Amino acid sequence: MLDIIIERIKQKKHTIKFPDENIILPPNYRGLPTISDPSNCRKCQNKICKEQCPTKAILTTTAQAEQIKIDLGKCIFCLQCIKSCPSNTISFLDEYRLSTSKRTDLLFSPHLNKSEYKLANSLQKQSLKIFGRSLQLREVSAGGCNACEADTNVLNTLAFDLGRFGIKFVASPRHADGILVTGPVTKNMHLALIKTYNAIPSPKFVVAVGACAISGGLFQNLPSTYNGFDDGDDDELKNISVDLYIPGCPPHPLTILDGLIRLLGKTTLKQL
Amino acid sequence: MNIMNTKIEKLFDLKSIKNFSSKEQEDYISTIGQEIESGKRVVAHFACDYNNSKKIFTILSDDKNCKLKIYSAQMTEDQSSYHYQYPSLTPLYPQMHMFEREIYEESKIKPIGHPALKPVRSKLNDDHLHIEGDEIHEVAVGPVHAGIIEPGHFRFQCHGEKVFHLAISLGYQHRGIEQELINGPHLQNIHQIECVAGDTTIAHTWCFCENIENLSTNITTSTTTSIYGNLIRALMLELERLANHVGDLGALANDVGFLPTSSFCGRIRGDYLNLTAFICGNRFGRSMLTPYSPYGVNFILDNQQIDYIIKKINEIYRDTLGATNLLWNNSTVLSRFENTGIVDNISCSDLGIVGVAARASGVPFDNRKSYQKDHIPHYQQIKIATTTSCDVWARAYIRKLEIDESIKLIKLILNDLKELNLSSNLSSNSSSISSITLKPNHLAISLIEGWRGEVCHVAITNESGRLQRYKIIDPSFHNWMALAIALRGEEISDFPLCNKSFNLSYCGFDL
Repeated sequence: MLDIIIERIKQKKHTIKFPDENIILPPNYRGLPTISDPSNCRKCQNKICKEQCPTKAILTTTAQAEQIKIDLGKCIFCLQCIKSCPSNTISFLDEYRLSTSKRTDLLFSPHLNKSEYKLANSLQKQSLKIFGRSLQLREVSAGGCNACEADTNVLNTLAFDLGRFGIKFVASPRHADGILVTGPVTKNMHLALIKTYNAIPSPKFVVAVGACAISGGLFQNLPSTYNGFDDGDDDELKNISVDLYIPGCPPHPLTILDGLIRLLGKTTLKQL
Repeated sequence: MNIMNTKIEKLFDLKSIKNFSSKEQEDYISTIGQEIESGKRVVAHFACDYNNSKKIFTILSDDKNCKLKIYSAQMTEDQSSYHYQYPSLTPLYPQMHMFEREIYEESKIKPIGHPALKPVRSKLNDDHLHIEGDEIHEVAVGPVHAGIIEPGHFRFQCHGEKVFHLAISLGYQHRGIEQELINGPHLQNIHQIECVAGDTTIAHTWCFCENIENLSTNITTSTTTSIYGNLIRALMLELERLANHVGDLGALANDVGFLPTSSFCGRIRGDYLNLTAFICGNRFGRSMLTPYSPYGVNFILDNQQIDYIIKKINEIYRDTLGATNLLWNNSTVLSRFENTGIVDNISCSDLGIVGVAARASGVPFDNRKSYQKDHIPHYQQIKIATTTSCDVWARAYIRKLEIDESIKLIKLILNDLKELNLSSNLSSNSSSISSITLKPNHLAISLIEGWRGEVCHVAITNESGRLQRYKIIDPSFHNWMALAIALRGEEISDFPLCNKSFNLSYCGFDL
């Protein structure tokens, strides 16, 4: 018993004071994309980045053909566009707050200032009254590779201490207020996902975590998977409305935590 | 630093592989049988589909001499009920059971005489082993589990609390990654390989990189760069091992209700992941390894960063020891760990179990000392940890011993990296996937000791130098059966503990 107490003292305190603490992210962390000089893109004819993107996340808008847009719902934050850009104009900021309320908000023009990125809103006042102090979530992995799952699970550790925000992952959908989905939704997991969703009493929330769950990510248009919640062909997936999109491959635990407490209106910083 | 002089054959010309025609099936079966009986282990056994024929490849490993033996057998259509068939090897050599079920499901080649021929991943026809009798009952669990984990379905065949057998039905995570590599390598393939099992990113990507590098005709790496690249890859592999082993020890503590270690380890695991992120920006090592850049990695370390990692490793290792040592001295923990979930040495070799689970049952095999010894010389210094008690305690204690070895290894690697002192930045215009050409009609194999065990990738190219077949074998593919064996005679309440002591991957199995 005594050795446990001594060890407890040696291990010290490690819980971060989120969201007030100043977060230091690793030096090569890739968050919100940015373009240092938009004129380089205008001049660029080939748009090699668009070709080299493994998830087809880079789009050129019809209105401004010379500008690029990045679909963060598909982006896996790899290095392909950085490496392929002939003028080294694209880079990723150390901005980890990335969650949005609408799918369209994930389409970001990186030449804009980061304050233009529309972060997720909190729930409506009436919902906040019910769920604001206690939100129970059920997690379903539908083809996730265990990275999104691990980074969600880690929120329960003492470093993040999810419980202090009133959020809890529960064992049964019957006890849950919402569902958190990871993975592109495999054909084999489709039925289980829909059944779990239906088992949650209404009103309920849906959180999509990771590029796979949002758009299919790396597994878009494969014969044995759906395209996450982007899938237009499956009626059941189409009818589920997502309340919170958390992009990344996998998202940093802080991105997930920020998204969840943003939903509950517990963050002071409303915009970047 | 001594230069590696060991060259291990990992690239084979298809012409040099002994091929049995469809008339020589009996010879093929007896040859494989003799090889297994002489002590060789089945590394891979899979079918490769060609336009109008099918071929089975069997890869056997002579672990002691570090030599691979490859055989192939031509399959032709049979006029009887089923189109393709060959006599099953499973009744005599149980380690073949899952491979043959997979061949049956994927290529429609029927291994005649397989005792439990059912699909591996398909959910259309989900029959499982079923026990009947007085007061026998069945408990079904999953696919959606209580925790934040991946999906799988389990059926406990019980009498009262006693479990006779655990029927495991997987396939929920099947995404079809192997099919995506056909005619590749394509642009997105390396990233899909990174996602084969999210917690084993480095091991799987290293396998892929090694295969592509061995097969390619135009990737040139000088000796220094490949030494440097291999050192960094080895560093990442050990960080991955540390994070997962520490996480597992914490989870095992949690499953026996010993919360101090559980909560310390949860956070220490994060510290190791953050070190990975410090190097490459991603906690799981995504976008770290690449076959196309001059060093084989996308990020290199300067001396300042190396010093930071050494300082951090020392700090975290102290915390790791402090947190995990509580386990080995606590009687309540030990009484739950000891004699729970036994997989004896003989079943272990019969079933071809690999990695931590095999070493816990006294099989002293570690790929880092055999098929990886051409990567970095330091692998020779590893002491392979083995225990003989074959229970949950053994699988936990192996992890502790491997953590100690990993830390030693990391320190050696970091010192070497510092000596090499490569400060020049990576050239940004490194070659890309579109410029890669592969040797036609070759077979490349890569074996890496991931934290769970042996990760095996086999690449076969066609006459135009594209991938005809890419086979990925995660250690979980071998080891799920060990969990079923471990649970025999135990109680249902021991399932979480036994499951965590193996901590197998669902998506690595289902691919």
